[in-house]
Amino acid sequence: MKELIDRLKTSYTVEDYIQQRSDLAHITVSKETAVDFISHLQRVEGYKHLVILTAVDWIEDGKFQLTYLLNNPEMKNDINVKVFIERENATMESIHHLWEQARTYQRELKEMFGIDFPGSPGVDKPFILEGWHDLPPYRRDFDTKKYSEETYFPRPGREKNDPATYMKQKLYPNE
Amino acid sequence: MGKEELEKRIVLSPDGEPIEIDPINDYFCQDLPEVEKKSSIAILEKFQNWARSRSLWVLGFGTGCGAIEMRPLMTPKFDAYRYGIQWRPTPRQSDVFVISGYLSVKTLKRVIRSYEQMQGPKYVIALGSCTINGGMYWDSYNTINRLDHYIPVDVYIAGCMPRPEALLAGFEQLKKIIREGRGEGANLYAENFEWYKANQKKIIKDWDMPDYNW
Repeated sequence: MKELIDRLKTSYTVEDYIQQRSDLAHITVSKETAVDFISHLQRVEGYKHLVILTAVDWIEDGKFQLTYLLNNPEMKNDINVKVFIERENATMESIHHLWEQARTYQRELKEMFGIDFPGSPGVDKPFILEGWHDLPPYRRDFDTKKYSEETYFPRPGREKNDPATYMKQKLYPNE
Repeated sequence: MGKEELEKRIVLSPDGEPIEIDPINDYFCQDLPEVEKKSSIAILEKFQNWARSRSLWVLGFGTGCGAIEMRPLMTPKFDAYRYGIQWRPTPRQSDVFVISGYLSVKTLKRVIRSYEQMQGPKYVIALGSCTINGGMYWDSYNTINRLDHYIPVDVYIAGCMPRPEALLAGFEQLKKIIREGRGEGANLYAENFEWYKANQKKIIKDWDMPDYNW
C-alpha cells in the first residue's frame, strides 16, 4: 500500500497517515478535500466498496470524526479515511452520489449525532427514533442514564454491585 | 402509519368528485374499551375459564432477543402444542401476548396496537428481566424499564434469557391464574385506561393512531 499512499500524497494533502496492518491504512484528510479524495479512491484506485460510514465524538477537542472505511476487493485491503469536522453545527458534504447506500448511514448520523448532510435524500426522516426531541443520543454530552430515569419509570429497589468487589466478598469473605 | 396520513384532507372519489376525509374519525372507531362483566353463574364462569386455559393462542410477535426462545417451543424439541398452546399470525386470533425481551419505544407503539387489537379475555406474559426493570438496558435512552406501566402483565418470567423450559413453566402458571379467575388483564386495562394511556403518551411522542385500536 506504500506506493498508493505516496501516489496519493502527490495530489492530495494528507494530514496524517497510519499503517495499522499491511492491509489497513488510516488516512486523515481535511473536510474540504474529503469527498474529492474519496471519489478519487473509488473511481481511480478501485476502492469500490463502502464498508461503513460512522462517527466518533471527540467532545474534548470539540470535533466529530467521520470514518469512511473503504475496501478494495481486488487488492484485498482497506483504507480508513478520517475526516475531522467541527462539533458546533456539524455539517458534511453528502457522498450519496458515490454510493447509494450512504444515504442510510447519513440518515443515521443525522439522527444519532446531529451531523447534517445537506442534499442527502431523506436525511431528515426519522431513522429509528420516532418523534425524538432531545439531544441526539450518541453525543457524549447526552446523559442516557438521567434521560432513562426521568422518562421510563424506573422500578425502585434495583441494586447495582461492582462485579469485582462483589465477587471478592462472596468468594473470599474473610480476606 | 405516518402522522400525515391521519390529517384531514381532500381526496378524489372513484367518480372523480373531491371529498373531504378525516381519517381518525372516518376510518377508526373512537369508542373506549369497557369492562366485561363476569358470568353471573359461577359454575359457568369456572367452565369458561377452564376452557380458556386449555387453548392458549399466542401472538407470533417477537419483540426482542427473547423471540428466539419461542422457536424451540414451536418445534418438536419442547413442543408446546401438547399443552394446548399454539402460535397465531394475527392479533385478532390470539389471546396471549408474549413480550419477549426488551422493548424499544418504537416497538412499544406496535405492541400497544397489537395488544388493543386482540380480543378479550387476553393475557400478557413478560419474558426476561428487561420487561421487569429494564434488565441490562435499564439506563438506555430508547428502551422502556417497566412493562406494567403500559400494558397489564399477568406473568413475569425473570432471567436473561430464560430457557424455553422457563417459558413453558410460565405458560403453566398462566393457566393456573386463568383457572382461578385472576386473568383479568383486559378488564384492568379498561378500568385504568386513562392511566395507561397517559404513560404511553408520555414516552411515545409522535402519537399517530386512535386512542384505542379496535
